Amino acid sequence: MNLGNLSVGLSTYLLVGAMLFCLGLYGVFAKRNIIAILMSLELMLNAVNINFVAFNRFLWNQKIDIHYILTGNVAALFVIVVAAAEIAVGLALVITIYRNRHSTNVDEFDWLKW
Amino acid sequence: MFKEMHDLFRWAWLIPALPFLSFLLIAFVTKRSKGLSSTVSILAILTALGLAVAIGLGIIQSGAEIVEHPVIVSANWLNIGGLKINFGTIVDPLSAMMLFVVTLVASMVQIYSLGYMHGDKGWSRYYAYQSLFASSMLGMVIATNLLQLFIFWELVGLCSYLLIGFWYFKVSAREAAKKAFITTRVGDFGLLLGILFLYNKFGTLDFTALSAALSTSLQNVAVVGTAGYVTVMAFLIFMGPMGKSGQFPLHVWLPDAMEGPTPVSALIHAATMVVAGVYLVAKMYFLFQASPAALQFVAGIGAFTALFAATIAIAQDDIKRILAYSTLSQLGYMIFALGVGSYSGSMFHLMTHAFFKALMFLGAGSVIHAMHEKQNIWDMGGLWKKMPITGWTFFIGVLAISGIPPFAGFWSKDELLANALQNGHPIVYAVGLFTAFLTAFYMSRLFFVAFMGPEKPENHPHESPWTMTIPLIVLATFSTIGGLAALPSHNFAFFIHFGEFEPEGMNWGLAGISVIAGLLGMGLAYYIYIKKAISSESIVARFPVPYKILKNKYYIDELYLWIIHNIMDGLAKVLYFFDIYIIDGIINGIALLTRGSAKGLRRMSTGQLQTYAMVFFFAVVVIFMVFAFGEGQFSSLNPLAMLGGVK
Amino acid sequence: MSALPSGGSYLLPFILLAPLLAMFIIVFLPKEETKTIKIVAALGTFTSMVLSLYAFFAYNQAAGGMQFTLTIPWVPDLGVNLAFGVDGISLPMLLLTNLIGFSSIYASWNMEKRAKEFFALLLILITGVMGTFIARDLFIFFLFYEIVVIPIYIMVIIWGSTKRVSKEYAGMKLTIYLLIGSAFLLVGMVALYLAAAKQGHPTFMFDQLAARQNLYSAPFQKVAFGLMLFGFGSLISMFPFHSWSPDGYAGAPTAVSMIHAGVLKKIGGYGLIRLGIYVLPIGAKYWAPVIAVLAIANVLYAAFIALAQKDLKYVIGYSSVSHMGYVLIAIAALNPTAVGGAVAMMFAHGVMSALFFSMIGFIYEKTHTRNIPDLGGLAHQMPRLATGFIIAGMASLGLPSTINFISEFTIFMGTIKALPVQAILGIAGIIFTAVYTLRVIANVMFGPRRSEWDHLKDIKGAELVPLVVLGFVIFATGIFPNILFGLVNTGVTSSGLAKVLETVSQAKMGGLF
Repeated sequence: MNLGNLSVGLSTYLLVGAMLFCLGLYGVFAKRNIIAILMSLELMLNAVNINFVAFNRFLWNQKIDIHYILTGNVAALFVIVVAAAEIAVGLALVITIYRNRHSTNVDEFDWLKW
Repeated sequence: MFKEMHDLFRWAWLIPALPFLSFLLIAFVTKRSKGLSSTVSILAILTALGLAVAIGLGIIQSGAEIVEHPVIVSANWLNIGGLKINFGTIVDPLSAMMLFVVTLVASMVQIYSLGYMHGDKGWSRYYAYQSLFASSMLGMVIATNLLQLFIFWELVGLCSYLLIGFWYFKVSAREAAKKAFITTRVGDFGLLLGILFLYNKFGTLDFTALSAALSTSLQNVAVVGTAGYVTVMAFLIFMGPMGKSGQFPLHVWLPDAMEGPTPVSALIHAATMVVAGVYLVAKMYFLFQASPAALQFVAGIGAFTALFAATIAIAQDDIKRILAYSTLSQLGYMIFALGVGSYSGSMFHLMTHAFFKALMFLGAGSVIHAMHEKQNIWDMGGLWKKMPITGWTFFIGVLAISGIPPFAGFWSKDELLANALQNGHPIVYAVGLFTAFLTAFYMSRLFFVAFMGPEKPENHPHESPWTMTIPLIVLATFSTIGGLAALPSHNFAFFIHFGEFEPEGMNWGLAGISVIAGLLGMGLAYYIYIKKAISSESIVARFPVPYKILKNKYYIDELYLWIIHNIMDGLAKVLYFFDIYIIDGIINGIALLTRGSAKGLRRMSTGQLQTYAMVFFFAVVVIFMVFAFGEGQFSSLNPLAMLGGVK
Repeated sequence: MSALPSGGSYLLPFILLAPLLAMFIIVFLPKEETKTIKIVAALGTFTSMVLSLYAFFAYNQAAGGMQFTLTIPWVPDLGVNLAFGVDGISLPMLLLTNLIGFSSIYASWNMEKRAKEFFALLLILITGVMGTFIARDLFIFFLFYEIVVIPIYIMVIIWGSTKRVSKEYAGMKLTIYLLIGSAFLLVGMVALYLAAAKQGHPTFMFDQLAARQNLYSAPFQKVAFGLMLFGFGSLISMFPFHSWSPDGYAGAPTAVSMIHAGVLKKIGGYGLIRLGIYVLPIGAKYWAPVIAVLAIANVLYAAFIALAQKDLKYVIGYSSVSHMGYVLIAIAALNPTAVGGAVAMMFAHGVMSALFFSMIGFIYEKTHTRNIPDLGGLAHQMPRLATGFIIAGMASLGLPSTINFISEFTIFMGTIKALPVQAILGIAGIIFTAVYTLRVIANVMFGPRRSEWDHLKDIKGAELVPLVVLGFVIFATGIFPNILFGLVNTGVTSSGLAKVLETVSQAKMGGLF
């Protein structure tokens, strides 16, 4: 059975990734709660991961270049690891800020201004 | 014979080196011990005197040979990028004469200072400066090239500065020292320029080589404009002597320089340093001779200064200032003598003047010492009886400067006046003759008032100690017999002359005229100040304006001060204003602009995370758009193209 | 940088590292031990001084060129080498740095406020300045130059003094000027690097850059030299970029004034010769008339302003601006004599101004004022200090027997051929220099005794070191100029500079004027 005919193509994956990214972006721009923003960030990172994996699957000619076949997947793994670290640091910061300010509303966190 | 002498002449460098050594010794070793300092200094200068005498005798024995072939020893001193300067010594009759005069007067002055400076706190410092001065002056005299001469020229200027300001706690001394340095610096500016132009033109600064190069260049008709160039260079070089030898209009420093100790005035500001300018013109005579305009100028400036200074001297009351103006006037004689072509006459007058002027200054010092620092001649009187040695020797000085035979001044002054007339400069001759009359008048005035006038009961003068009188006697001897050097078949001119030597006899007619002028001056002074036949007050009363002008030295000092205070300092203030308000203003303005715009721009950082994120995102979108769809210079950086996959 | 090359000489790194080592020792000393700190600092600089004196006399003048070289590849991809070496132009500057560095330690001998930090920073400063002079690689040169800026800023802010302008303003002005200069320099440097890299084998080495002149087009040279001129010009306080200099010196502590006026400023002149004339001769030729006019402005304008100053340090600050005019006009003259004179003048002025600033530092330390009308007659109480002051003054006005005279004379000799009008105007500057210098000497040192200064003690012991060292150098090189000029001459002639200058002077091209 011809996989190419049946399955969804690269553009489908990219579309999903883009939608996910936009959702995340919207969350980052619009949410007031910092926890929600962090979660939206995760969405965006995962959107990227989808792209990585999809490109890895569709763009490389596996028969010729066996050595580089996993590049996209590895990148996705990297992103996951970095995201984990990032969320750990981020949550730690959020907790510290909450302890000081008793708030998770980013609108109140403007002490970086001029 | 000449060979042996030659070896002696090669040691001439010792003459400046010895006083320099003494300077170093005093400065670093013996400065705490007064006695040792003066002993070291005097021993050094006496040894130098001995050497100078030996060289002088050697010159006389060598005869014509040394005149034609000076002994030059030199070694490389500076060598950079096509500029080679040697340092060395030249021994010829001219430098030997100067060596003798300088060492003699310097040693006399140093011995004299033992008495005069007795008890001064700066004793060791004084002798250190004296040694340094002697060393520099002697180094200048035997210089083989212009730069070496210039270096020592400046160093004697430094010593003059230090010694005028020796009593640095006196404001007047401090200001006088500064004035002397700056005024001569103006002249040195021209001299330095002249040296640079000469080197640029002829590629050498060595006197002999320069002279040769100049004559070849003058003979070479193809080199257009050499004559004009030579005139410019001669004028520039002459600026140095105008400053150093106090020629109008740079004469103003010399009278003020009398603020220094009197022995210093005798040595530096009468006998040796101030004649450096004359000596330089003599050394560079080949240059001046190539330019009639320059010679004319030199003669004019010299004659004018001679007359100008003599007229001022008439109206002065301070004993040292009278002598100072007299020095200016006599320097004018030497300069105009060079201008009219009386090379030997000028040098001869330089020598005799050194003897009798040093004598008179030391005599004046002796008087001031006895009068407890009073310097006004009207406060003195009747010193003749109380100070016989000072009185007699001073009288010899007066006779010598007035040109009364057989004293030294007569011979030299007569020779240069005669030359002025013979070489076709009747105006210069007339001015010189009139100045001789004035000189005799004001010198006799000084002598009659201070020594012969009525005794003042408030003064208790006494004869000075032997350390001071012996130098007076020695110098008086030379002032008496010094002129005889000219007598037997013109020995002096045989040794020291320029170009071809032509023996010339005495012109007794002209000599008689100058003697009469001198006697007239003395007689007039006698009538006014001894006989009181004409009251000096009545003359002043009849001519108040000229008297005031003379008394105030033609207001030249005031003019210069006005220029300095208003124009120079004014310009300085204006420029400073420009600097801190315009230039710094622009700088600070730029800083202010930066700060101001930053003040506005910082409002853009709201601190709102989400705003930042939004800006960030859309900026990325825009950049991406430009790269993806923009044409032109960014296309090579197109990220899509780089990815390779999407075509 | 795995294996070090075996052929190199380690003399220069030792000279460079000795003060740095002292700095590290000081860092580990307790801050109360100020005496030990000072001794360690003095030892560090003394080692450098002795070693650089050794280099000075061991340099083979017959062979010429870069000697004591050491090249270690550092960033091979970019062509950056840790390359050291000295020739007849940089060796006098290296020696000067060490002489002044050593003296500056003693000039701050009475420093008690945060002595540990002060001497540590001072040593970093000295190291940085030295590094610029021994670098043979433009990148390293620039690196050390940037190192210099940091300690200066801190030192002016903490140990400076506030007079007409606050020390913060002075420090800021100084630093920003240096940084703006270095920014332009950086652009020029990168442009030069890219132009030279066209051939492949990118390089920052001075000699390589100079050897690839055929790669630089005339317009490129003009622009690149213009950038360099702005950068180095503001460093050497060229009119109208000079205004940091008097303010900066007035605000800075004595040691910084000494090093800044003495050597740091000379990096500008050194850079213009090393980088400007060597590498971009056509650019130099193009800009020379501009430099000459600005140089005359330096000489006369600053000399006049110095006349109107009341603060001692401002007088010397403006005087140093004025003297740098001579260096600039010599560079503009573009002939071997003048360039040799410029190098000698930088040396001479360095020694002189360091001596002047150290003496003023002592006056300020003892009397707590630098206002000239408040001072007077100090020669009564402090004869030794007065001697040092007068020696510095006489050197400043170019008295023969000081090295300053010979340097000025050589410069005049070189410029009068190429730029007669400017040279004459410049020489007129010696009159005004004499006026302000003698006025200062007269008003500060001479005059009636003032009882309010009777309690002052003359300089003694360690305080005499700057006077002895710098005074000795002024006269030793002034009386025997070939000590210095032999080396400078080698630097100018044997290193190919003379040849460059010759080709430049023969090239016919339209300048700005």
